Amino acid sequence: MNVHVASPLLYEGADWDFDKLQRAYDAIERIGIDELGLDLYRNQIEVITAEQMLDAYAGIGMPVMYKHWSVGKRFAQNEMLYRKGLRGLALEMVINSNPSICYVMEENTMTMQATVLAHAAIGHNHFFKCNDTFRTRTDADAILDYMAFARGFVSQCEERHGVRAVERILDAAHALGDQGVNRAGRGRPRIAQERDRAARRMQEERSAYNDLWRTVPSTRAALPGDLDEQAARAALGLPEENLLYFLEKHAPRLKAWERELLRIVRNVSTYFEPQRQTKLMNEGCACWCHYTIMNRLHERGQINDAAMLEFLHLHSSVIFQPDFSDRRYSGINPYALGFAMMRDIERICIEPTDEDRDWFPHMAGNGNPVETLRRAWADFRDESFVRQYLSPQVIRDFHLFKLDDDGEQPEYTVDAIHNARGYKRIRKALAASYDVAADLPRIEIVDVDMHGDRRLVLQHVVRKGRVLDALETRRVLRHIATLWGHSIVLREVDYETGRAFAEHGASSGN
Amino acid sequence: MYYVIDRRRNPQGRSLGNRQRFIRRAREQIREAIKEKLRDRSIGDIDSGEDVVISADGIHEPHFTRDPQAGHQERVLPGNTDYIEGDRIPKPQGGAGSGSKASPDGDGEDRFAFALTREEFLDLFFEDLELPDLVKRKFKAEKSLRSQRAGFSTTGAPNRLSLLRTMRRSLTRRVALGRPSEDQVAELRAMLEAFKNGEIEPSDGRPIAAHVAELEEALERAGRKRARIAFIDPIDLRYRRYEQMPHPVAQAVMFCLMDVSASMDEAMKDLAKRFFMLLHLFLQRRYEHVEVVFIRHTHHAQEVDEETFFYSRETGGTVVSSALEETLRVVNARYPTHDWNIYVAQASDGDDIPSDVPRCLDLLTQKVLPISQYMAYVEIGRQGPPLGLGAESDLWGGYRSLTDEHRNFAMRTVREPRDIYPVFRGLFSKDRVET
Repeated sequence: MNVHVASPLLYEGADWDFDKLQRAYDAIERIGIDELGLDLYRNQIEVITAEQMLDAYAGIGMPVMYKHWSVGKRFAQNEMLYRKGLRGLALEMVINSNPSICYVMEENTMTMQATVLAHAAIGHNHFFKCNDTFRTRTDADAILDYMAFARGFVSQCEERHGVRAVERILDAAHALGDQGVNRAGRGRPRIAQERDRAARRMQEERSAYNDLWRTVPSTRAALPGDLDEQAARAALGLPEENLLYFLEKHAPRLKAWERELLRIVRNVSTYFEPQRQTKLMNEGCACWCHYTIMNRLHERGQINDAAMLEFLHLHSSVIFQPDFSDRRYSGINPYALGFAMMRDIERICIEPTDEDRDWFPHMAGNGNPVETLRRAWADFRDESFVRQYLSPQVIRDFHLFKLDDDGEQPEYTVDAIHNARGYKRIRKALAASYDVAADLPRIEIVDVDMHGDRRLVLQHVVRKGRVLDALETRRVLRHIATLWGHSIVLREVDYETGRAFAEHGASSGN
Repeated sequence: MYYVIDRRRNPQGRSLGNRQRFIRRAREQIREAIKEKLRDRSIGDIDSGEDVVISADGIHEPHFTRDPQAGHQERVLPGNTDYIEGDRIPKPQGGAGSGSKASPDGDGEDRFAFALTREEFLDLFFEDLELPDLVKRKFKAEKSLRSQRAGFSTTGAPNRLSLLRTMRRSLTRRVALGRPSEDQVAELRAMLEAFKNGEIEPSDGRPIAAHVAELEEALERAGRKRARIAFIDPIDLRYRRYEQMPHPVAQAVMFCLMDVSASMDEAMKDLAKRFFMLLHLFLQRRYEHVEVVFIRHTHHAQEVDEETFFYSRETGGTVVSSALEETLRVVNARYPTHDWNIYVAQASDGDDIPSDVPRCLDLLTQKVLPISQYMAYVEIGRQGPPLGLGAESDLWGGYRSLTDEHRNFAMRTVREPRDIYPVFRGLFSKDRVET
């Protein structure tokens, strides 16, 4: 038994200082590692001001970000909302890196700081380190260095080629960010090597540059007249759904630095993809961790009742889920549903009902909730997690119901509610709504007119009549035309019947 | 394992570069919004920051999205109270879905709101405006010194340290004095280890011990030399040097002449004051070396200070020439014409005793206009439509004849607060069309 000093309290009162922070962190980490068996990156906790938090917001949650007007735009917007009191700021922000960087705000009370540490420095940290999606698709060791490189590279390009020229490429690339990720997965990106590769290429270009070559007329490889179309397409890797990748590799008019910019945007997009795919689980895991840890601290008498009440107030506002008819409703709160599902799994493991035994025979009553949760956190992403673990109990608690919306009809139809007939349908539909790949329109490059005007042909595979927004599409196509340098056409084709819907086009402005 | 880092003292304004890029990007829309704003706010407010709402067109970031209205969708929502399976719910009329309705020509109607700082606001507000013909330049004392780079020196403040120069000198010195580098020491050490462990055999047949002794001595020598010859020596240090260089300054004075006679009603005086406030703000902001002289007149004129000019009340008859005479008196007393660029801005309702108008014209053509770089006359009209054709004021009729002969004279009319900014821009824009 450890020696207990007169008061086991970690802190008292609202004010925090670095000593209290340290004591609280030590106690919290001990619970996280010893009792919950979590696996953590080393934590780097950074105390910041509100303005710095706004900064971090704007920089898409990256401590280092290249310069771009859209960052300024987000900052201006958030600042306005914050100043007017329309929006509070997050209490923390955590970066998926190694060491894991966790920002905490200086305005927080000590209880908030403790909650934040349990939430982000323990919960999110463990999830980043152990979840399969993150482990296979992001490179936490190298991301900070890579972003520093990207920032340097972009500003170098701005110096050499002008801010506008760089902006033109970045704007276009940003429009395609969603289409710059290999969702099928091509193994773990080695971001650490990216920087060396880019530097080497620049170096080679410089050293190999000889002004004489400019004066030599370029000999164009003669196109064999009877080149097999199929082979040509195969050589370009068509069809290709990673538009940024294709443009980086094959756009005829881009210069080397422009291709590098596309690559940077693509790498950033890829880095964030797992966060999109695991938002629900990630927050659920973090909320479960802070809830469990704070309760343990209270049980042990390490925090007093006042702190516990403050914590509960904070916690309940974080996991608040307004009903669909509420003015505050803006979709399902990932903190609320995530936390509810984690608690539900815990309940099923310890005291299952007969219903649970039917639905979850593999874990009901196994008596080992933490182990079960850890396995779920490691192996699933939102879509598969909901498909696997959403229980009738949670559906009933949330009063979930499924609504069918047919664009043609003047009415919605209630397809399923929280009863025995509806559980599976609700679960399936909810899982599908967390599937990022299905949620985004599927757009592929299917053809390039190699012999004619080099027109690029894109195709949108339409399911259930869900066509693209015409205006937005035209705007994005204009950006693609900027990169491709020749005209673009996008055809919308039905998945089942092959029927063609609309056709959108854009020509390169030059 | 963890660290805590206190970042609160980090330099602020990290996102300044992004902010500037954003403002530049949205410049057109912001200017549009500012113009819109000016219609219904008093000039006094201009001097503070401003919330603006701009159209989101130029700063929209498009993405491929699906049409929210089309096709078959399935949603899962929380909080069902009364619905049962098979219920039909009418869709809300009008603003169903969240997509903004957009016009077919490709420009949406989304708005974007944010706050401009005072600096940004004023920069945009006075963009492209300047005093015309600012030509008389002169070397003036104290204020007109400017820092200019002047090579390097061996002493200076630490923030002026030139790393490149310093390191270059350090490298040269180290090479010249033969200071063994880190790598060389490491190589010796590795070789020594290898000999000791018997990994390499001496090729010259001497015993290992001799080699070891030799290497140990070499290592020790290298260590001593490294200790003796500093990596960076004070003599390496080079600092960027700056010198204060005198700089020619264009000195200018602006005479603000305002009619405060009884014929100007309160609304008109307010208009005139707004015009001068704008002018004053513009000069303060854009020209460090411009002085402003305030003169107000009824039947007699007097030079007053800023406070009195803008805020005190006085009435009386009208003799416009008195103001021009006062101007000339001040010029003669304080602003020698060979050193100063002289500007005159006059605001009046145009009423004058008829006998005074020829005298005004005389003063202008003979004395005032020849010594002025530029003179702007703003006539404050009564609110509402003009009284009728031919109802032009005494001064307007007289002054109009001047515009043909004198390229440095311009005149405009202001009837309502909303006219002020366009008129102001018209009078001081860089590409002013001479009338």
